[in-house]
Amino acid sequence: MGFDQYHEPPDELPEQTRTFARMCASLTEEAEAIGWYEQRLAIERDPEAAAVMADAVGEEYKHFSMDLEFLLRHTPKWREIARGVLFQEGEIVEHGEAAEAEADDEAGGDAPGTTAVPSGGSLGIGSLHGEGM
Amino acid sequence: MSTSHLLREHAPITGAGWKLIDAEARERLLPGLAVRRLVDFSGPHGWEHSATNLGRVERTNVSELKGVEAHRRVVMPLVELRARFTVSREELRDGDRGAENVDFVSLDAAAQRIVDAENVAVFHAWPKAGIEGITASTPHKPIVRKRSFEDYPGCVARAVELLLRNGIAGPYGLALGREDYTSVVETAEHGGYPLLDHLRNVIKGPIAWAPGVNGAVVLSMRGGDFAFESGEDLSVGYESHDTEQVSLYIEESCSFRVLTPEAAVAITPPKGR
Repeated sequence: MGFDQYHEPPDELPEQTRTFARMCASLTEEAEAIGWYEQRLAIERDPEAAAVMADAVGEEYKHFSMDLEFLLRHTPKWREIARGVLFQEGEIVEHGEAAEAEADDEAGGDAPGTTAVPSGGSLGIGSLHGEGM
Repeated sequence: MSTSHLLREHAPITGAGWKLIDAEARERLLPGLAVRRLVDFSGPHGWEHSATNLGRVERTNVSELKGVEAHRRVVMPLVELRARFTVSREELRDGDRGAENVDFVSLDAAAQRIVDAENVAVFHAWPKAGIEGITASTPHKPIVRKRSFEDYPGCVARAVELLLRNGIAGPYGLALGREDYTSVVETAEHGGYPLLDHLRNVIKGPIAWAPGVNGAVVLSMRGGDFAFESGEDLSVGYESHDTEQVSLYIEESCSFRVLTPEAAVAITPPKGR
């Protein structure tokens, strides 16, 4: 397996950013798998095989959701925008623009996966496990 | 419209001002937050999260109906910590103009109070909040260090050995209170070898500055022994303002449980100083 998920020299990246990149790669793979299962299910005529694949795609939904939640927890501005877009009724683009504008207005830009200070009041500190002098 | 109980939208503070305040708060909080470096951290679960599930019920049957039993669940309520501070509106206006030395002295003191409170509650105890901390729970007698710090690696090694003897595996971490930290950093052993480097070799895990801790604590970091649960993670909220000052606060909600009391050993200063 290569190290394609890194766009910059891994040695120069902080550990937190390397984890972030790995989780982004994982999210992409789960999304691809969901797309593949969707296509397979669309043409599968054997109901038993279709049932197995339908069960499998459920796993991919779960994996994708967990990856996404991890990334959102570590990227406060992304989380803030996602909060305004996900599970909302109505115009998706409209919600997206409004959520982005609100996040920009509240806190300015954050560097993903680094020392972002989120909008909404949380300082985004969370766990520092294993970090010492 | 306000979307959070922190009411930040109601403060007479610009986006740039909030960025300055949040960055200052983070900078002041981060170095001393030893708990988050050394124990298991769960969350943040949000402001609405009120209690930690203990998986237990009270033994007493509270049902008054024949043929029906009822037992109340036992939970650990989260504690809300809040440290208030003020910021001068004039200083904030200067910050908006690009001033790089905005006066945040009140914020800095509040951040230190929160850090101390978190460390004291977890590493020692906070009975009124229902928190039995690490040194209050451990069955091990504390290791008393000598007045001179030259025996410090020996104290830490004895603590690690005590944990090993009790079947508590590593990796291990070390929380150093203010006095211990200062002395450890300042002290060089015979031959000029820095004491801090020696401790790193003994502990083989993170060493954390832990203001509020009396002495030091050696603890296992293998996981599953000490559980800090965060409801609302450290946040800055708005309270009120007048023409001169804005009143704000740093806040968090949390609980802490010691799951394996024998997984830590305290190192205490000698008595009669």
